[in-house]
Amino acid sequence: MEFELTQTKIKFLEEKANHIRQLIIEMLATAGSGHPAGALGMADIFAAFYFYILNHDPTNPNWPDRDRLVLSNGHICPAYYAAMALAGYFPVEELKTLRQINSRLQGHPHRTSLPGLETTSGPLGEGISQAIGIALAGRLDRKKYQIYCLTSDGEHQEGNTWEAVMFAAKNKINNFTVVIDRNNIQIDGSTEEVMPLEPLRQKYESFGWAVLEVDGNNIRTFIESINEAKAISEKPTVIIAYTVPGKDVSFMEKDFHWHGQAPKPDQAAAALKELRTLAEKIRRED
Amino acid sequence: MLNPDLKLNQNIFNQEIEQKPIRDGYGLALVELGESDPNIVVLTADLVESTRVETFAKKFPERFFEVGVAEQNMAAIAAGLAVSGKIPFISSYATFSPGKNLETIRTTIIYNRANVKIAGHHAGVVTGPDGATHQATEDLAITRSLPGLTIFSPCDVEEAKKVTLESVRVDGPVYLRFVRDKTPILTTAATPFAKDNLPVFWLSQNPTAVIFATGHLLFQALIAAKELEEDGIDVLVVNVATIKPLPEKELVGLVEKTGAVVTVEDHQVVGGLGGAIAEILARTAPAPIEFIGLQDRFAESGRLNDLIEKYNLGSVAIRAAVKKVIQRKK
Repeated sequence: MEFELTQTKIKFLEEKANHIRQLIIEMLATAGSGHPAGALGMADIFAAFYFYILNHDPTNPNWPDRDRLVLSNGHICPAYYAAMALAGYFPVEELKTLRQINSRLQGHPHRTSLPGLETTSGPLGEGISQAIGIALAGRLDRKKYQIYCLTSDGEHQEGNTWEAVMFAAKNKINNFTVVIDRNNIQIDGSTEEVMPLEPLRQKYESFGWAVLEVDGNNIRTFIESINEAKAISEKPTVIIAYTVPGKDVSFMEKDFHWHGQAPKPDQAAAALKELRTLAEKIRRED
Repeated sequence: MLNPDLKLNQNIFNQEIEQKPIRDGYGLALVELGESDPNIVVLTADLVESTRVETFAKKFPERFFEVGVAEQNMAAIAAGLAVSGKIPFISSYATFSPGKNLETIRTTIIYNRANVKIAGHHAGVVTGPDGATHQATEDLAITRSLPGLTIFSPCDVEEAKKVTLESVRVDGPVYLRFVRDKTPILTTAATPFAKDNLPVFWLSQNPTAVIFATGHLLFQALIAAKELEEDGIDVLVVNVATIKPLPEKELVGLVEKTGAVVTVEDHQVVGGLGGAIAEILARTAPAPIEFIGLQDRFAESGRLNDLIEKYNLGSVAIRAAVKKVIQRKK
């Protein structure tokens, strides 16, 4: 982390998050398919990672000492791609090729298609395991890099997730932090109706993890929780980040129907109008 | 006659032929690899002893990971290690890996181009007394369908060691197929091995059929060839240790020379070695083929030789198949 977390910096990050949201809407509207709710909900966290937390170099994506950001729930990749493009990994212009033929931006992230992706993801429950593998390699190579793994709440219904959670505790994997996007929705409805996850905090605690809970749409508190997680070395740490699915697009917020459908042109126009108004408001704030 | 250039075990037709489990070769090779390359890491899912990774685990504890009964986790952790420069070997029974964890392997290893070596143990009906739940007889069909995966199926313990060493020279994912029970040692340390080769183990003057065999049943094919010679029928017996990619030109050459084919594998006849060869021949050099393998059914508990006999995988069935396929020539 290069900068002190000043109010100016927070404002800069909020503007980035807003910009990511606008790009998500544009990408999905152009593609005609994709997953807006989770992507919009995680825009603040992606802005925090790519423009503050990560020790990385977009001009040298294979830099061996870089921090690794592993996206487990690959379907929210529009937020990932938008953040990467804004950070300089590839031209912002390329975002409109999402899900189109001959694009490097596959519908779900494919590591070898696009420099800067750490894993291939989409099928759920596989990200924590892969992040653990990267962490073990870092341990063997005596590297100091940090590994962060972004997961969805829904994929905590996958057995593989808990296999990984057990393994990390046994092996005291402490150079990595898992973030759960706790937005309470999945394809078929609310997580607690489809297959209850609560008490999620106690589940992780009983598996031997340190647990932090935070408002995932508050960039300052999220960054503070990341700092806190890095200070915990005796066990792996998970941050349960409560987010609003569809965040900042009023007609999408907290509606599970927006998990997996793209906005139509008029809906996209309305969403962009709302987001641009918000951008103006952030700019004018002091 | 046995091909003298291949320096095969001269006791192949001797009742006293030495036998060892094919999987032992994996364990021996891993130790060699561990000594020569610090990037070699080994994972297992609660099967240290039976997948023969015990010695590696003792010699290189820092590079050995026990994941417990969790094959999906094992595959995806290996993918993470591989994209970070390590060369992981994941070791379990083939019914579980690449069976139970197929999608994880597909996404995080194969599509991801992660340099992971997948060791599938207890392949074939000769897993024996454990029964059909543990006899992997679909693993070749599963792995053959995965794009860009190299597949090795060694015929004995010596070749198992060679294919394991060879697997790290392949830049990308590899599937290694191993067998549990003791089986005859057909080759020697001096027998040459090349990934893109189809060595003819049994030669004859005027061959009228070619037998392509993979894995331990190569022994049964050699017995059949010797008996057929006594019946006045000349055949070739070819060891197919690399199931994918198959050296197409060499394969077609052998078929054109003989005009009839028998495939032999301890696997379902669907999608394995026979399927692979049929796919190539159908578009290059069509010839009659007979398939020795499990005929779209599950086997059962039993001893090696009893299973081979009951499921028509042995020399008797192979001889009959050769005679039948020669009859089918136009």
